[in-house]
Amino acid sequence: MLLRLLAETAEGELEAGLTAVGRGIVYGGAAIGPGVGIGIVVGNAIEAMARQPESAGTVRTTMFLGIAFTEALALFGFVLSFIVAG
Amino acid sequence: MLALEFPPISHLIVWGSGGGGFNKVAAIYIFAAAMTLLIFVVGGAQQKLVPTGLQNVAEVGVDFVRNQVVMQTMGTDGIRFLPYLTCLFFFIFFSNITEVIPFVQFPANSRMAMPMVFALITWVLYNVVGILKQGPLHYFKNSTIPPGVPKAILPLVFIIELVSHFLVKPFSLAVRLFANMLAGHLILVTFGVICAATWAAGPSLIITPFSFAMLVAMTGFEVLVGFLQAFIFTILTAVYIGSTLHPEH
Repeated sequence: MLLRLLAETAEGELEAGLTAVGRGIVYGGAAIGPGVGIGIVVGNAIEAMARQPESAGTVRTTMFLGIAFTEALALFGFVLSFIVAG
Repeated sequence: MLALEFPPISHLIVWGSGGGGFNKVAAIYIFAAAMTLLIFVVGGAQQKLVPTGLQNVAEVGVDFVRNQVVMQTMGTDGIRFLPYLTCLFFFIFFSNITEVIPFVQFPANSRMAMPMVFALITWVLYNVVGILKQGPLHYFKNSTIPPGVPKAILPLVFIIELVSHFLVKPFSLAVRLFANMLAGHLILVTFGVICAATWAAGPSLIITPFSFAMLVAMTGFEVLVGFLQAFIFTILTAVYIGSTLHPEH
């Protein structure tokens, strides 16, 4: 069934479809780790703010720094998903 | 059923250029530079004791960068970088915020060129500061060999720190700004196209209000992202300069 479908595809269509799947896998894979990481960063920052509200300003700045460093990996994946050749 | 026509990806990556390579991106950068100049030249010219109008904006801006960026990362030593960092912040902010301005709706920083230039300026700045402050050999040693590392894993740490300090830092700085703005722009385009297509297919479709609500919410979110990315770029530049200004012992 699947093979027959594949055999019916036009020239180049299969390649384009697989490229799209590959892009999805690249970005999806790259988003897993940073997703968990940002969760940990923000969660701990909120805990720190709740424990010591007077230091909320410093914690917030540091939190954004932590998010920025963690997020970079997800963004590399995002850019790579465009670079994956069609 | 629905003619959901998404523009081809090459449309989003390449913008057609006008005469002499002048295009929308260049126009937005000129706008951003003009706004930054307007605030600090016009606002800075009038030095009233009780500030009004543009002077207010200039003073709040300088104060924000001074207290939230310079003082938090470099201390009083870093005050001499305040003019550059303030300009950087406002320029990036104004070229990001065009993403949500009607009829422009394009963040100029979603092209790699200018973020790369900013990152290269940062790279040159922190290397020059480090070399002037610590001397070339000392700077190289301090930035590649962290204190208190066991001898056995020193070669590995040395290579990691070398690549991280001289290559990954500027690269990730540029990609962070560029990719954030590109991703935000793509999200807005996606919901805009869905709205238009469902509206054209039949205004009574139940999905239209939801996608429109999402478009509005995302536009609000992109205002936040535009501000936050300008702030993060500025504070990371300050952190990198601060780390070479005050090395760990």
